[in-house]
Amino acid sequence: MDRSAVRDVIVTLVVSAILIGVMPMLISTYTLTVLIIYGMLGLSLGLIWGFGGILCFGQAAFFGLGAYVYAISAVNVGESTLPMILAVLLTAGFAALLGAMMFYGRLTDVYLGVITLVVTLILFKFINSTAGPQYVIGKARMGGFNGIPGFQTLNVPGDPGAYIWGDAYYYVCAVALIIVYLLVTWLLRSSFGRIAIGIRENETRMALIGYDVAARKTVLFAAGAGIAGLAGALYASWAEIVTPTLFSLGQSAEIIIWCIVGGLGTRLGPIVGAAGLAYLKFLLGQQSMIDNTLIMGLVLVIFVLFLPRGLVPAIGALWQVSVGHKVRRRPARRMRRARNG
Amino acid sequence: MSLKRREFLGAGAAALATASLLPRAALAADTIKLGSILDTSGIFDAYGKPMDQATRLAVADINAAGGLLGRQVEIIDYDTQSDMALYSQYAQKLTRQDRVDVVHGGILSASREAIRQTMRKTDTLYFYNVQYEGGVCDRNIFVTGVTPTQQVEVLVPYAMKKSGPKVYILAADYNYGQITARWIQKFVEENGGEVVATDFFPLDVSDFGSTITKIQQASPDLVVAPLVGGAHLSFFRQWAAAGMNTKIPLASTTMGVGNEHKVLTSAEGDGIMVAYNYSQELDTPENKAFKEKWKAAYGDTTGIHELAVSTYQGIMLWAEGVKKAGSLEHDAVVEALESGISIVGPAGNIAIDPQTHHAILDVHIMEVEDQKMKVVETLNQVAPVDTQAVCNLQENPDDNMQYEIEI
Amino acid sequence: MDISFVILVEMLYAIASLVLISAGLAVVFGMMKVINLAHGEFMMMGGYATITAVQLGVNVFIAMLIVAPLVVGVIGLIVERLVIRHLYGRLVDTMLATWGLSLVFIGLATMIFGNTTTGISTPIPGFAVGDYQINGYNFFIIVVAILLVVLMYAVLKGTRAGLIARGTMQRSDMAAALGYSPDRIYMATFFCGSALSGLAGAILAPLVGLVPTSGGAYIAKAFITVIAGGPSLIAGLVSSATSFGFVSQVFTFAISPVIGEVALLVAAVILLRLMPQGITSRFFKGKL
Repeated sequence: MDRSAVRDVIVTLVVSAILIGVMPMLISTYTLTVLIIYGMLGLSLGLIWGFGGILCFGQAAFFGLGAYVYAISAVNVGESTLPMILAVLLTAGFAALLGAMMFYGRLTDVYLGVITLVVTLILFKFINSTAGPQYVIGKARMGGFNGIPGFQTLNVPGDPGAYIWGDAYYYVCAVALIIVYLLVTWLLRSSFGRIAIGIRENETRMALIGYDVAARKTVLFAAGAGIAGLAGALYASWAEIVTPTLFSLGQSAEIIIWCIVGGLGTRLGPIVGAAGLAYLKFLLGQQSMIDNTLIMGLVLVIFVLFLPRGLVPAIGALWQVSVGHKVRRRPARRMRRARNG
Repeated sequence: MSLKRREFLGAGAAALATASLLPRAALAADTIKLGSILDTSGIFDAYGKPMDQATRLAVADINAAGGLLGRQVEIIDYDTQSDMALYSQYAQKLTRQDRVDVVHGGILSASREAIRQTMRKTDTLYFYNVQYEGGVCDRNIFVTGVTPTQQVEVLVPYAMKKSGPKVYILAADYNYGQITARWIQKFVEENGGEVVATDFFPLDVSDFGSTITKIQQASPDLVVAPLVGGAHLSFFRQWAAAGMNTKIPLASTTMGVGNEHKVLTSAEGDGIMVAYNYSQELDTPENKAFKEKWKAAYGDTTGIHELAVSTYQGIMLWAEGVKKAGSLEHDAVVEALESGISIVGPAGNIAIDPQTHHAILDVHIMEVEDQKMKVVETLNQVAPVDTQAVCNLQENPDDNMQYEIEI
Repeated sequence: MDISFVILVEMLYAIASLVLISAGLAVVFGMMKVINLAHGEFMMMGGYATITAVQLGVNVFIAMLIVAPLVVGVIGLIVERLVIRHLYGRLVDTMLATWGLSLVFIGLATMIFGNTTTGISTPIPGFAVGDYQINGYNFFIIVVAILLVVLMYAVLKGTRAGLIARGTMQRSDMAAALGYSPDRIYMATFFCGSALSGLAGAILAPLVGLVPTSGGAYIAKAFITVIAGGPSLIAGLVSSATSFGFVSQVFTFAISPVIGEVALLVAAVILLRLMPQGITSRFFKGKL
């Protein structure tokens, strides 16, 4: 590990330790927990879209899948460790299959978007129509539109009676997010990550150099889905109920909005965007003057028009300008756009 | 309902003005806190907005009559924006930060299940004021809406008598629809009829062309359609567009809960048979007074629907319980409510069944006529026999389940 | 015998409604390579425009065929000038901006019309075919869809405006070099596309209960139909609407409407896997 990597890790740890300590004084830990979970979900899309150039309209599918896998296996197992692992592995496995189908079929941008969107819709429609008593997996009733309530929430591994909830759950989620963040950092610094960025910039070039583009995209896609699955499982354990709305188009849309607002092509952006917008939504629910959908829509339009690179890169650039450093990297988003245009 | 935002704001301002007339001291620290948690925006707000208005009206009434235990009641409300995740968050906020004395709210069954355990864990009394599928058995919750048997038991024999024994069921594909469909089947068979087919539709299905053809192939005497929501309203419209509404009679346990009968033209809606606890056309002094108060507060009465009245009655029942208990202490209020308390609300007499914490109430058979619900027949004090079959909180006070009722 | 006729009508109706709900999106996408994710909301506004006009006493057919397309076309024009114009050539950004716009429109419609289901009744009575009753309005939709396709073909093939439009579609830089301002062509195209969306919303309004979130039900279907159609505007639209409408109705009649919808989606996945650039990248190449 080189010097800058060590510094990166240390900065991450110090900053997040301070945040974990300070934030509960400002926002209740219960709400913070879900903001962290959404942050992780944002990061999962940020990874595959911002660094892999794969626009996935169906990140909610992986989130929902993780949550449902967790809920169903938790009802059957009665302990939370195995369901957590299953939620990540099964979701990643599903994404690997889907990704292989898409990437080996040479599907790109919009067509990729359509497939992921359609898969999300299929899952949503399927889960939504499982209200009947015949839809049972083991001991778990699928419940259709009403979802599955009352499953085992997170417990200390090996001791189903020792629930982790409240403040403790907040710390668990925060640490999980930091670990995921560091793993993503490591992945992006590895040769795999650099090649992924190379593919994003110019797929044909990387293929001609001799890399198996489809395989690499599939792996990246699965990794992102695995993170979304973990976020889903944590969410299920937090909400104590899973419903088909987790799979909805609205949920997918929100994840994309988080990434745009936070800043694509950064690791921090999607996390900040997710947590910030989810908190905004929470605050908006406490007033009834203006329709909340309207505000979320305006936020998205304004960001696309005036701040297309997102908050984090914009603030970063501002900081660098004011401190006097030269901006080193070319903004990632502009390059991606050039490819699409 | 076509409540416009501006009218709503106007009404809100009026409510604020009324509130500001009260002495400041009465509003200060010593208020009783009533938590309200409803979808007043997003896809379920057609249900949620009138419920929110009913909540404000009920609390204004209580305060106008001097409050409870000599204290004023204050509403702390959150808009869940039709998002289940926000239910969990606001429930936490209401119970842990705001520390309210009671929570009224929740619309969908999923939203109720998302917050019910939080309420139970924090010993916060919870009222769920919505028509639902039945079977919730929890000493911390009171349910003031109707359950399937209360409607179906009354509606099915009436509708079959008017039409014939062959019944086709079209139900919304979720918990409520599935359970209601089973009850309909049971009562159809008990009344010597036969169910020729049952079809389920997820809530977003809005094209019923093929279904209407299938129904004609089966040629039933009666179609019972517990369909829910805006998309499903299309069925009634397409049914009429095909000219079927004059051929095969329709009955429903849900059409009209969100005032759907006012959206259909009279040519489309006339003759549909329904059974509810409330109709705006009920000719009682309580209902007239209620409608006048509503009109004074919000301009016009078109928004009032079954769920809004249930909410109003739920809050009044809670107030009655607090008065009887003489305190806000959780167990004392529950015991007072379990003593068979009742009030006379806009929809008639409504009592709490101590065994299930559900409501015993009047059910009216109605027919849609000229965008109104004409009351045909009234059955007094119908008990929630479905929930009673599985739930006995007197014997098992620690029960904490939503039972699936075996039929 | 009667039943097969009824099923045939239902099948044609399903195809016609897919054509209708996708036409506006297809025009905008085919000409400008812009995916308008507010398309569903444009339809929703077409529906509201119709209902409002009818309540004001306008004849229902005038409201549907003239008022609604005009109103929504103008709204589209405003949107194009304010937002889309700045984002040409940035496919993903236009998708996101229009997604945001769709939320804005839902919010605005909720504030103006409230969230209760509204609607108007069908202006054409049902009639009997043997032992069966059919919705007479289905025929109206089929006829409108056919006329629409013919009209689009005639305009693109037979008029000077159509020639310019096709030219811009193939090589916008060349069209610009020849003196046709792409800016104005795009503006006109977006107006037409929005008007078509408004028309579709208006025509479907009497069949469904309308709420501000109604648009969401159409956008996915329209999006899938247009993308699966591929590069050719009319041939793509008709071929993919026909395949999807056929598949979904077969499964609807055989099993249930839900399975029908799922069949449509599965068909889309398979189709795109086999023909990654859409149907017209393989068949009907070079057609309109």
